[in-house]
Amino acid sequence: MTETFYEVLRRQGITRRSFLKFCSLTATSLGLGSAAAPRIAHAMETKPRTPVLWLHGLECTCCSESFIRSAHPLTKDVVLSMLSLDYDDTLMAAAGHQAEAILDEVKKKYKGNYIVAVEGNPPLNEDGMFCIQGGRPFVEKLRETCADAKAIISWGACASYGCVQAAKPNPTRATPVHKVITGKPIINVPGCPPIAEVMTGVVTYMLTFDRIPELDRQGRPKMFYGQRIHDKCYRRGHFDAGQFAEAWDDEGSRKGYCLYKMGCKGPTTYNACSSMRWNGGVSWPVQSGHGCIGCSEDGFWDKGSFYDRVTDIKAFGVEANADTIGKAAAGTVGAAIAAHAAVTALARARQKAGDSEHVSENQGEK
Amino acid sequence: MSAYETQGFKLDNSGKRVVVDPVCRIEGHMRVEVNLDSNNVIRNAVSTGTMWRGLEVILKGRDPRDAWAFVERICGVCTGTHALTSVRAVEDALSIRIPDNANIIRNLMQLNLYIHDHLVHFYHLHALDWVDVVSALKADPKATSTLAQSISSWPLSSPGYFRDIQNRLKKFVESGQLGPFMNGYWGNPAYKLPPEANLMAVAHYLEALDFQKEIVKVHTIFGGKNPHPNWLVGGVPCAINLEGTGAVGAINMERLNLVKSIIDRCTEFVEQVYIPDLLAIGSFYKGWLYGGGISSQNLLSYGDIPNIANDYSTNSLLLPRGAIIDGKLDEIHPVDLRDPEQVQEFVAHSWYKYPDESKGLHPFDGVTEPNFVLGPNTKGSKTNIQELDEGAKYSWIKAPRWRGHAMEVGPLARMVMGYLQPKQFPEIHGLVEGALKKLDVPVGALFSTLGRTAARGLETAYCVKLQSEQFDKLMTNLKNGDLNTANIEKWEPATWPKEARGVGFTEAPRGALGHWVTIKETRIDNYQCVVPTTWNGGPRDHKGQIGAFEASLMDTPVAKADEPLEILRTLHSFDPCLACSTHVMSPDGQEMTSVKVR
Repeated sequence: MTETFYEVLRRQGITRRSFLKFCSLTATSLGLGSAAAPRIAHAMETKPRTPVLWLHGLECTCCSESFIRSAHPLTKDVVLSMLSLDYDDTLMAAAGHQAEAILDEVKKKYKGNYIVAVEGNPPLNEDGMFCIQGGRPFVEKLRETCADAKAIISWGACASYGCVQAAKPNPTRATPVHKVITGKPIINVPGCPPIAEVMTGVVTYMLTFDRIPELDRQGRPKMFYGQRIHDKCYRRGHFDAGQFAEAWDDEGSRKGYCLYKMGCKGPTTYNACSSMRWNGGVSWPVQSGHGCIGCSEDGFWDKGSFYDRVTDIKAFGVEANADTIGKAAAGTVGAAIAAHAAVTALARARQKAGDSEHVSENQGEK
Repeated sequence: MSAYETQGFKLDNSGKRVVVDPVCRIEGHMRVEVNLDSNNVIRNAVSTGTMWRGLEVILKGRDPRDAWAFVERICGVCTGTHALTSVRAVEDALSIRIPDNANIIRNLMQLNLYIHDHLVHFYHLHALDWVDVVSALKADPKATSTLAQSISSWPLSSPGYFRDIQNRLKKFVESGQLGPFMNGYWGNPAYKLPPEANLMAVAHYLEALDFQKEIVKVHTIFGGKNPHPNWLVGGVPCAINLEGTGAVGAINMERLNLVKSIIDRCTEFVEQVYIPDLLAIGSFYKGWLYGGGISSQNLLSYGDIPNIANDYSTNSLLLPRGAIIDGKLDEIHPVDLRDPEQVQEFVAHSWYKYPDESKGLHPFDGVTEPNFVLGPNTKGSKTNIQELDEGAKYSWIKAPRWRGHAMEVGPLARMVMGYLQPKQFPEIHGLVEGALKKLDVPVGALFSTLGRTAARGLETAYCVKLQSEQFDKLMTNLKNGDLNTANIEKWEPATWPKEARGVGFTEAPRGALGHWVTIKETRIDNYQCVVPTTWNGGPRDHKGQIGAFEASLMDTPVAKADEPLEILRTLHSFDPCLACSTHVMSPDGQEMTSVKVR
């Protein structure tokens, strides 16, 4: 089972030729020139698997559960062949001091060369003792383990933003990882939980290209969190046409109309659900009739009821990303919906006239 | 503390203290300390929940229709079960009746959770307590194939198949990068399986890892995603449209076919892999019948899977409900979650404060004021605990009691309750009796670590059957033209009474789960959960009575004092879920010291 990355690819039906092509593309995209391709190929054929230490703070283990749902690559191949999951208290055979000894061993042996994956977050109230591990506050274990890491992945809404235990009034002072750990690259992979293939996609990207993916201002990989649910929603046509579900199980619900009026947070949520969907592409929340609850957004628990209509829609258009939205001045609440509807109508009119559909975006930001 | 007797156990903490922290392969964070006598037999056990999140105070003032999403995040392993309990509690408070289809779809999702959760528990959280991975290297693939084919018709069973698995395992072990198997207790004499059984189990560990992701697709179809599918007060969020325009955007024939195919695959895997493995492994361990704890005395189950929509009485529940106390198996007591005398929580040994800690409180009157103090016999410091003092407070879990008794909840309680009522639960009775016969053990063998593990598997076999039946019921409704999935009469808060309170219950995979909600002026005024691992994992109460985890470890011999294999085996047989058990929090507990950020 200790195959190299190359062997895994081969076993999954990738030919040697494709592998070498992949290496030369990688070399080019890294700006190393084609001469570096053989070196990359050699590294992937021989290098040992990168150790991953997966820590758990205050959490519900939904991120681990999501991770093992990955369809491509399969979890067993990730865990047994692509990386070395040396510590993960949810899955590991050892317990107690035999488990904790692994942390010290990996830290020493792979100093600067291991990845820490954090699920959950540290509580800071009560001297950190709302989460006790090995008799000590989790926050200390987190700090010590991250100290010699190459990079840190913050899994899910807990590690990235705080999630449910940090919802008001945040009684334990549950704190996102990036507010406790500094001086290390941290990749936020929000969602409650994140999509399985997003999780394995982030990890395998890092192992394959030996770098962290391009991140937005909130530390999220742009490749998965660059667009809103609404931008890619298959029900967007109904939104544009003004066809909405108005009540649960009404005619509109049965026809798969837009869930905007039922409180869908798709218009303000950056995630890949509407493109990648869930559990091997079987469905996703909107497809199954419930609006998006915005679980990959910072503080989504404290933005009113999940059934309140989103009233602060500003920019629309597929190429608007979190950064441009962030830069936009706070829009007028309420009036924005009308503006959005008007803009959509305008966009439709212009499309008819042969204009670009993206005309709507700037209009929407007013 | 010196020696004392409780519930038939003689506790003595004078021997060598062994600490296991963290207890791995569970949900959440837990610590256990035991004392061994000179023969390495456990004579005292201390179980500690070591995390705490405070969801109940966070719920205060929220819209009750949102509560399911918050409480669903209590646990991502038993995902959905807290959400279901929550919508039932709110519907109970507001007298909302749900359509039959919604009841069936909820049942399908809950049963689906059981199947997934039990399977993952058996193979990925529990198996390594029975299966020695390294020993599998010594297996003869041909003999492994013979063994596999003698117990099941599962097609992946050729000598070549097992040889491939063994070769992969060999390369893996030789690499020196053992990943999740690093520092395991390989070679410990408490492992009893021959190499061939170990190799077969390793192969199925990997197969089950692949298969579990298929099971949950039932959640994805009806709830949009898994973990944490979506639910709805008043029904289910997915609409049904069989033939009209837009059916592709709803539950349609293609979706139903997918559900059916998953149900069939679940049945296949459970019948051809899980159950044969369970019985095969069980046959090698049937001489190891430790770990019963209080299970032969006190068992509790709330029941679940209402076959009749909106009827939560014993007439309707397909998973049994009741309480057994003092080992009197011929008497099953009725359970009433509203009765203030029945379910009560105590905090004498929990890190909470009551005005009078000699009394328990019913969840409707629950108080949860944190009080993190350590006893005088603690070794170490407040932020570096070496050994806890169980004479004082020592856990973030409260101690719930039913009419004053510590109870065990979970699959064993449910299966025993069903076994004892053959007329009402003939399938459960048959499954239990069949397994006892096959393993050639008496009924008393059920009350053990192995019995708990077996009960979970047998329950899974029952659940795949129920899943098929519930699906057929749904199809019958659809044939009769009933497409309703939600009742929106009381969706608008303006239709609600000024004040209302309700109870919702389910059987979570790990056992009896109750939520108590009080609604005032359309907002949540109070929300309390008493969860399975609170029942099983709770600490001592004011009388010194121990909980189910603690009792289960008592009097177990340990092969190697420095390798907690038997301790893990028994604790894992409960499938502990610590994030569930330790989420409670008071509105008043804000005066706490805190560590500095950075």
